[in-house]
Amino acid sequence: MAHGGSVLALLLMLWAPTIARAQEAELPVSEVAPGIFVHIGVTALMTSENEGAIANVGFVVGDSAIAVIDTGGSVREGRQLLAAIRSHSNKPIRYVINTHAHPDHSFGNAAFVGDRTGFVGHKAMPRALAARGQFYLDGFRRTMGDALIDEVRIIPPTVLVDDTLKLDLGGRTLTLKAWPPAHSDNDLTVFDERTKTLFAGDMVFLEHIPVVDGSLKGWLRALDDIAAIPAARVVPGHGPMSAWPAALADERRYLETLAADIRALIASGKPITAAADHAADGERPRWQLFDDYNARNATAAFSEIEWE
Amino acid sequence: MNDGNDVIGIEMPTRAEDAAIVPVTLRSKLQPTDSRRVVAITLVIDENPAPMAAKFTLGPNANVTEISTRVRVNNYTNVHAVAELSDGRLYVSKVYVKASGGCSAPAGKNVEEAKNRLGQMRYRQFATSEQGPATSTREAQIMIGHPNNSGLQMDQVTQLYIPAFFVNELHIWQDDSPVLAMEGGISISEDPNIRFTYVSNGAEHFRAEAKDTDGHIFEHEWKVENPGT
Repeated sequence: MAHGGSVLALLLMLWAPTIARAQEAELPVSEVAPGIFVHIGVTALMTSENEGAIANVGFVVGDSAIAVIDTGGSVREGRQLLAAIRSHSNKPIRYVINTHAHPDHSFGNAAFVGDRTGFVGHKAMPRALAARGQFYLDGFRRTMGDALIDEVRIIPPTVLVDDTLKLDLGGRTLTLKAWPPAHSDNDLTVFDERTKTLFAGDMVFLEHIPVVDGSLKGWLRALDDIAAIPAARVVPGHGPMSAWPAALADERRYLETLAADIRALIASGKPITAAADHAADGERPRWQLFDDYNARNATAAFSEIEWE
Repeated sequence: MNDGNDVIGIEMPTRAEDAAIVPVTLRSKLQPTDSRRVVAITLVIDENPAPMAAKFTLGPNANVTEISTRVRVNNYTNVHAVAELSDGRLYVSKVYVKASGGCSAPAGKNVEEAKNRLGQMRYRQFATSEQGPATSTREAQIMIGHPNNSGLQMDQVTQLYIPAFFVNELHIWQDDSPVLAMEGGISISEDPNIRFTYVSNGAEHFRAEAKDTDGHIFEHEWKVENPGT
């Protein structure tokens, strides 16, 4: 009897994580097109209060499998996304696609680790995680706290995208495209052929000021190519769902203004500190989080454009 | 060590917008009438893994009074500038810098581009308002394309460190007269960039030589615009 009791206790211990997982609240998602579910993140910096849930995340349900597109800014958000998925479908999650290595898009990866789930990313994403993973963990511990950061695991992709890759979810195909350095140096976009929905990751920002962490010039070059994707709608990395390609107009204007202002500063011999103070200042009223990122964008852009 | 408030100025943004590229300016505050001169300035970023960011040695005849560069800042930290004067005394000044969060990281943004630029060198002379005789103060900049890998980025998956690979020595001359030298550490940003003021000795050429931790030597010579008398 005592023996049976300890087996029962052991079984309960094994079940406990499953029970906790099942009880995780569902991340609010809406079905923006048949089989396409999206959670729109709050436009803010990652904090303990918002649990890092600042980026748009989603999933696509095919006839035989599900693909998750970005996992959010904490394992807790990842588990809530998983709970939302399970309330809509019991199909296997075959792919977890990270649009790039930034923490708000990949800190939730650990919630999806499983034998039959492949993690998919840009071919340069493992290198970015290798170089920055520890810094991200240390940096966000300060703003998000130990409880959320302790369970984050840096999980690099196992399926790498060199140029394009098609993923078959059964009756629907996702086309993944790896971009040259733009927002970051490991951006990936995901296009659902069936509904003409484009998950653009941080190649597209709306309302939230674009963040330059790759190459300003590369991003501007990529805009024409990305605009040519025959999408009907876009899920940007940050900001609301929008019509395509009209959604690119604000971002293009900001990036072009930034580049032009920086070129003028460099031509007149101004130091890099002038970039942080003045570049793209006229864009301030048009964006949220302008003061959190514009000076940083300007500094990065200056150090890129001065090599022209 | 003596209080350096009247000897050496250090300017950095209070908040490091981009942790990989934090501008820093060091400025001599010695009066022109002072018989002493600044021999060397050491830049120390207290909370960085290797705190000594750079040691600048100032050419005895170049009268360098201002040096700007860019550094990596890993954490909230005090940054010290220690000036060694010609009388052998040391003076220290400090500022406090907050490293920013966000996507900001001391690592590179565009790793392929950084590799492609390896060894490229650029020189720029800035127009001054009173471009004239050799005795007037001029301003110039040297840029070196180099990833300047710190060796402190640990791959979370393999638990291995990405090897250190950085510019550890830079010498700048006008003709054969030293203007400025830098002993660099891993806190200097990718593509080391030094902007400085100096007084021309009438030299027709500027020359820079950089060495990195893998033993590469990069050197280049440029013709000076309007060398003066």
